[in-house]
Amino acid sequence: MNKSAISDWVLFFGFAAAILTMPVWLAPFGANYPDLMQKFAIFGVFAIGFNILFGLTGYLSFGHAAFLGVGSYTVVWSYKLLTMNIIPGIIFAVIVSGIFAFLIGYVSLRRSGIYFSILTLAFAQMSYNLAYSVLTPITNGETGLQLTLSDPRILDSMAGVAVTNSVPNPSVFGIKTSGLPGFYICAVVLIIGFFIALRITRSPFGMMLKAIKSNQTRMAYTGFNTRPYLLWAFVISGMYAGLAGGLLAVTDPLAGAERMQWTASGEVVLMTILGGVGTLVGPVIGAVVIKYFENIFSSFNKSELHQVFAALPDGLENVVVSVTSMFVGKGWHLTLGLMFMIVVIFLPGGIMEGVRRVGRLFGIGKPKTLKPASVATTEQGQANG
Amino acid sequence: MDNVVLHVADVHKSFAGLHALSDIDLSVREGETHAIIGPNGAGKSTLLNVCIGRLKPDSGHVVFDGENLTGKQPHQINQLGVVRVFQTPEIFPELSILENVMVPILAKRDGSFKLNWFKRFSGEAEVRDKASSILSDLGLGSMLQHDASSLSRGDKRRLELAMGLSQDPRLLLLDEPTAGMARHDTNATIELLKDIKATGMTKVIIEHDMHVVFSLADRISVLAGGRIICQGTPEEVKADPRVKEAYLGEEQV
Amino acid sequence: MDAILVQILNGLDKGAAYALIALGLTLVFGTLGVVNFAHGAIFMIGAFCAVTLNRLLTLSTKVRDESITLFEAFKEVPILTTKFPTIGPIIVDYSVPLAILVAIPIMWGLGLLMERGLIRHFYKRPHADQILVTFGLAIIIQEIVKHYYGANPIPQAAPAAFSGSLNIGALFGLGDNIVYPWWRLIYLSFSLFIISAVFAFLQFTTFGMVVRAGMQDREMVGMLGINIERRFSLVFGLAAVVAGLAGVMYTPILPPDYHMGMDFLVLSFVVVVVGGMGSLGGAVAAGFLLGILQSFASMTQVKAIIPGIDQIIIYLVAVVVLLVLPRGLLGRKGVMED
Repeated sequence: MNKSAISDWVLFFGFAAAILTMPVWLAPFGANYPDLMQKFAIFGVFAIGFNILFGLTGYLSFGHAAFLGVGSYTVVWSYKLLTMNIIPGIIFAVIVSGIFAFLIGYVSLRRSGIYFSILTLAFAQMSYNLAYSVLTPITNGETGLQLTLSDPRILDSMAGVAVTNSVPNPSVFGIKTSGLPGFYICAVVLIIGFFIALRITRSPFGMMLKAIKSNQTRMAYTGFNTRPYLLWAFVISGMYAGLAGGLLAVTDPLAGAERMQWTASGEVVLMTILGGVGTLVGPVIGAVVIKYFENIFSSFNKSELHQVFAALPDGLENVVVSVTSMFVGKGWHLTLGLMFMIVVIFLPGGIMEGVRRVGRLFGIGKPKTLKPASVATTEQGQANG
Repeated sequence: MDNVVLHVADVHKSFAGLHALSDIDLSVREGETHAIIGPNGAGKSTLLNVCIGRLKPDSGHVVFDGENLTGKQPHQINQLGVVRVFQTPEIFPELSILENVMVPILAKRDGSFKLNWFKRFSGEAEVRDKASSILSDLGLGSMLQHDASSLSRGDKRRLELAMGLSQDPRLLLLDEPTAGMARHDTNATIELLKDIKATGMTKVIIEHDMHVVFSLADRISVLAGGRIICQGTPEEVKADPRVKEAYLGEEQV
Repeated sequence: MDAILVQILNGLDKGAAYALIALGLTLVFGTLGVVNFAHGAIFMIGAFCAVTLNRLLTLSTKVRDESITLFEAFKEVPILTTKFPTIGPIIVDYSVPLAILVAIPIMWGLGLLMERGLIRHFYKRPHADQILVTFGLAIIIQEIVKHYYGANPIPQAAPAAFSGSLNIGALFGLGDNIVYPWWRLIYLSFSLFIISAVFAFLQFTTFGMVVRAGMQDREMVGMLGINIERRFSLVFGLAAVVAGLAGVMYTPILPPDYHMGMDFLVLSFVVVVVGGMGSLGGAVAAGFLLGILQSFASMTQVKAIIPGIDQIIIYLVAVVVLLVLPRGLLGRKGVMED
């Protein structure tokens, strides 16, 4: 095992430990309740997958929410038709979203740059519109797809699961997927997803994706057919999105079209750039930070704000409250847009870049580019000549 | 010796009515170093671009070792062993120098696409050793881990050459390998290309530096106004009055 | 036959809106090389200029309702109509066309502000960064509008004089089935006027020529010693005005809400892609073409054959065009191809 392989295992086990101990170290932040931690894990999966496309190849998709939605619908249908066990649903979600990603990617990847971004955005909007209109028999339109008592659940009834008066809960071999067990299921999926992303990033395949990002034309003259590389990257990241969508339906067995909206696509882009595009851990950090702040900001309302700012003089208090109230509660999206701009303008490398800069300040980690390179060249040139 | 590897047959190419190439017939024999010279705007780069599939000829075709290259995609042409070294360095700026050379070696080994996502790139010891030995030969051995973007322009061209050589090409197309280089760098490059020549690699060089051309080429084709006006050994070309008229008149030899 | 004519007419006004937005997108992209995801938000702000003006004009006071005699009743009456009984109601009635006068300086100022304050710093950054930062801006604009105007659509009335329909069928002797609302006809004429004005501006003014040259070859114009970026910041203002006016005049056709900008932006991007990136004529042609196609697709007869086609027709066309003509209908070589 070479040195980089060892450091990868250290990274992996460090990551796994950090995720599994979330209930402990998130306690001081008041974020250690299962619903929220589940969200951290699920959107971590989403962002890791998105980063395989955007981070490695540089292709910016604005339509990944479509795959998220497809994953959710697939899992709910698996509940309805087959079984309340989540495993078949999750597997189907990955497969179906992979097929979707293949179809959309095949067309979108015929163009690059902003054309690609626009095409993916258009496809996502198309899926969203369809889910709301024609596909209502599959998606149940605005209400969203829900479980009912009369669902067939073929596998469950074959296995002789007793029919009760209430809609059954999703489970995995008898363990309910809500609460802390639900978090651990998502956490394990996240860790597996992280491991696969790590291997992809470190593989020759991943290197080719990075080379495509660096100079796509050169890749063609180097003998690579770039299209299948890009298509695979797109399909893999679509599968991650489908997996994340499936997990959303694991914790809460319903699926709605709003999951496919462009704002959801924008959110995963933000998570990735906030954490650090092209880094392995960054997207997960971005997902955690955004979901954490979403949770805090959305829960505030005006009266709570008045309490927070009660110490201020009355007139000032009202001004402060009315300004801040724009950013909290239903105004969370405003905060999101603001974060978007701030990160892109001031910290294009995201949190990971910030950490690196601070690290460099204290002399940890050495810069990769050294100045004397050109001097050495001249000497070499003279020696050769 | 007389085994023709690359055959450019009756190629025409025009841009918006302007004839960039007409009646181009060119044969490159195995193992030879074939130089294409000509004044600026003679169509040298166009010819090279036709050979690697960047441009499609209006008529005629390019045959490499029995395979028709016309209409093939750039990566297919590369996979056949036709490798181009660009004049303005086309490298992967964000990758390390070592990675820049490992990538083309993998293209040669694994073909145009391989989904080997579970392997380790850094575990490709053979590829790495080959890449670092080529880089050492070219004088870049001391900076394997640096980002390619940090290289000077001259070193980028060297890296570009390393990338081309790493694929053990059956035909190497060099676009002005010494353009913009200082004299001692030019000499170093000539020595290097002589070493490569000794290995028996077939090469086509586009060059306008006569010093380089006459120290390397086995045969020379002179291009002027989109046509080949003369073909032969350096001595024959030197002696040809048409060449003097069209080309040599404007340069000091 | 009648039905087809009606659908063409119905598609024209939507197509006109697409064309106006796509025109601005293309202008900005062609000259400044910037992909502006906030352009739809500008369209939406234009629409809300009309809403705001209408609100200001109809600021009301309570007066006694004389028609109710049983008890003391009050009704809300716009101050304007009580102060100026003759001209007041007319001004209120014409609030949408009047909003044009308000919107032009506002949109111009907003466009320049956006360019100077934000876009300018992104000329040298990758397209992905431009997309992301303008995307963030679009969210912010739309959330602010939502905060102040709520999430529900706010209907705006066209002036009463134009509230009816023109019986085109009778006009051309084609039967009485073909009617076209006056306001849509006005919108169409207005759009055609704006489009012609923009083209005339580009064709006949010196500045317009520089803009066209810049769209052909940025580097060349730069070499001529013309500071493209400073000059072309005006283009951003122009594009903002065009999109804003498209928004103002569209309010009686579609009640504006905070997310209309993004809806129209996505479609307008598709229009630009179909028309050919960097081609102004392509943007306009594709805008009308897709508007008409969309209107055909929403015919009940068509929907009976292919359900849901109205929701996806534009995207389908875009896919087919990109597969067959990768540069779009009128796209030039070399625009955004690396």
